[in-house]
Amino acid sequence: MTMLTPRARVRGLGSARSGTEHWWSHRLSAISLAILAPFFFIPFAIALGKPWVEVVSIYKHPFHAIVAAAFMLTVFWHMRLGLQVVVEDYIHAPALRTGLLIAVKLGTMLLGFAAAFSIAMIAFSV
Amino acid sequence: MSDVETGADIGRGNRPLSPHLQVYKPQITSVMSAFHRITGVGNSIGAALVAWWFIAAATGEGAFGFIDGFLTSWFGHLVLLGFTFSLCYHLCNGIRHLLWDAGYGFELDQVKTTGLVALAAAGLMALGLFFVGWMN
Repeated sequence: MTMLTPRARVRGLGSARSGTEHWWSHRLSAISLAILAPFFFIPFAIALGKPWVEVVSIYKHPFHAIVAAAFMLTVFWHMRLGLQVVVEDYIHAPALRTGLLIAVKLGTMLLGFAAAFSIAMIAFSV
Repeated sequence: MSDVETGADIGRGNRPLSPHLQVYKPQITSVMSAFHRITGVGNSIGAALVAWWFIAAATGEGAFGFIDGFLTSWFGHLVLLGFTFSLCYHLCNGIRHLLWDAGYGFELDQVKTTGLVALAAAGLMALGLFFVGWMN
């Protein structure tokens, strides 16, 4: 017998005040990355170690640029959700825990945006 | 470390703790699960390097030469070797996790089989990426 009101049951929120969004978003980004992975990593493996001019010419191609930017944004979003769980599971000292959680959220978003912006710069450069 | 030093144990005094990891025999299930997290954290370092590589490529030839010089050094190759295996493991075992999330493969023999399949697939995938990287 549940002690929840019907409305609370529909919302699916307990005392943590958040529901399954984190878990679901982690899976959704995982599926996206699994699909994008071959389209990102094969050109990346080819480009890695090549001279600058050749690397830039590869990522000037709209297909490679779009895949790479989408992959970078999704990978850093997936990383933010994953590292957040790792910190929440293992770091218990309150100040360090809060500090690391903030660092994970800001750091991953900064890197994801910076990488996607850089790919766009390469694609749009003359 | 004493019990009262960590935030999680505040107020629990000297009550006994539940058995911790070291009392259990390592099995393919637990070891592969632990490695999924370890490779996930490892992949974060790799992803940061990839981001650096793209940012440097957008910045210019000089900035790109620095990160390219690191990645093509013997130490850089070692990092890429570890990153490739870590990445392929996390991808293959991640698909195994997604199948569990969808409700498939919970029987003990299936768990062992899919574990070995994921390991083999990760190894082959990593070798494939090395081949593509070296041949081009």
